[in-house]
Amino acid sequence: MKVRERLLRIMRTFVPGAISLTVFAVVWEIVATLIGNERVLPRFSQVMISFYELKEYIPLDIIQSLIHFGMGISFAFLIAFPLGMLMGWFRGVFGFVDPIVEILRPIPPLAWIPLAIAWFHLTPIAASFIIFLGAFFPLLINTYMGFRETPKTLIEAAKVLGCDSDVRLMRYVALPHALPMIATGMRVGMGVGWMCVVAAEMFGVSTNGLGFRMFTKFFYNHQIDYVITYMILLGIISLVLDASFRYITGSLMKWRGGVVLEA
Amino acid sequence: MKLEVVSLTKIYRHNIRNKIGNKHICNDECVIAVENVNFRVEEGEFVCILGPSGCGKTTIVRIIAGLDSPTSGEVLVDGVPVRGPGKDRCVVFQEFALFPWRTVLKNITFGLENTGVPKDERERIARKYIRLVGLEGFENAYPHELSGGMKQRVAIARALAIDPDILLMDEPFGSLDAQTRNLFQEELLRIWYETSKTIIFVTHSVDEAIFLADKILIMTARPGKIKKEIDVDLPRMRNRTSKEFNEIRSCVLDELRQEALKAMMMQHMKRLS
Repeated sequence: MKVRERLLRIMRTFVPGAISLTVFAVVWEIVATLIGNERVLPRFSQVMISFYELKEYIPLDIIQSLIHFGMGISFAFLIAFPLGMLMGWFRGVFGFVDPIVEILRPIPPLAWIPLAIAWFHLTPIAASFIIFLGAFFPLLINTYMGFRETPKTLIEAAKVLGCDSDVRLMRYVALPHALPMIATGMRVGMGVGWMCVVAAEMFGVSTNGLGFRMFTKFFYNHQIDYVITYMILLGIISLVLDASFRYITGSLMKWRGGVVLEA
Repeated sequence: MKLEVVSLTKIYRHNIRNKIGNKHICNDECVIAVENVNFRVEEGEFVCILGPSGCGKTTIVRIIAGLDSPTSGEVLVDGVPVRGPGKDRCVVFQEFALFPWRTVLKNITFGLENTGVPKDERERIARKYIRLVGLEGFENAYPHELSGGMKQRVAIARALAIDPDILLMDEPFGSLDAQTRNLFQEELLRIWYETSKTIIFVTHSVDEAIFLADKILIMTARPGKIKKEIDVDLPRMRNRTSKEFNEIRSCVLDELRQEALKAMMMQHMKRLS
């Protein structure tokens, strides 16, 4: 009985998705056949074959891109988290830092590419700097919002229970309260950061990388089927990153009654 | 431990900006929350502060707790003025204020963590108070899994766990339905017997105050002053429908009625002017 129920639930979750993806692939195949020009739209089957043809490049490129991404995200976290914490807790810090943040924030990360090259030359650091900029602001803003919006009643409850220093209040009240928001900021930041990966690798900071390969090799050789293969890869990797992040943070935040898991 | 409140006054300033014509006019509107409040609470006494909404009951509790500072006057605990929150006093808030990311057990150990009690000892003490408030079996539940009444039990256990001399309770049963509320009052008296704490209990329910208190402080409408102190000499558990109980009730209701009328008149005058 239980096994059957579980099977049914799995079916209900996955069957509609599987059907829609199949329909999408079939329509794609038909439209591409009708167009009949593989430089405009290669057939779905051809793209699938490309995965096999590119099997030597794919792992190397994924690893290189993940290195860029990981570096960018780590820097973003290392700076945005403590800064956001201070901005959210101390009014003075907020008043001081916020104007700078608000001026820098609307600048698209891609507009920083010339500066990135000027400062870090054609190195992986330059690429991770662009990714850093993409991830930094969502993470910073969610962190300080989470800290700032700690309910006054919880802070007062902590105070009358002997939690009296700013450090202890931040550690034991504001941080746990802000954690779900910080996790959301991290998710958004990772999403934006991943979108910056292609552009960050475009200008040739390394000899591998998904974005690098797409632009400097496949696009110049008019290998649109390979380009699409890498686009699909970019999508899938982002999906996997996001799902694993949600899985990890969801188990840390059972107290929210599954809100984070379902978000 | 003895508590004295000496000529306590609290004035809140609201900065109000009015735009008249093209000019911004800035003036401070002062609200006198409580004015010249004096009372004493003996060790182990159960005192209820009773008054209409907005009469400054909460302000008094907050000042005793050390969460607000008085504009003038002072609060003395065993002769020592209160300067901020301290381990000798703890508050049970109306809105529970449980930490939603902590289980029942961890909520109750919170205060002990701040004083550096070792983990085993913390949990032993927490389990003792979980038993006292009747929450066995819910040690590992999170607050969102509990009903309002159970949350209030956790809040009481959490405050008791740090073993304060004075327990301040700000309308703790305000969100419970009438029947549950009566049961909670009986249970609170049982806990009070067992722990022999000094309790200062804020309420606007006449019935609740007479059922619980050794002494009732009736407050006036804004500005809040102590209008009358009434000693309740009935033996516990008190019968809510007995003749003596009703006599005190009619006396208290009379006092409050005058206050309510005065508050209404004041509002009328304000509208007219």
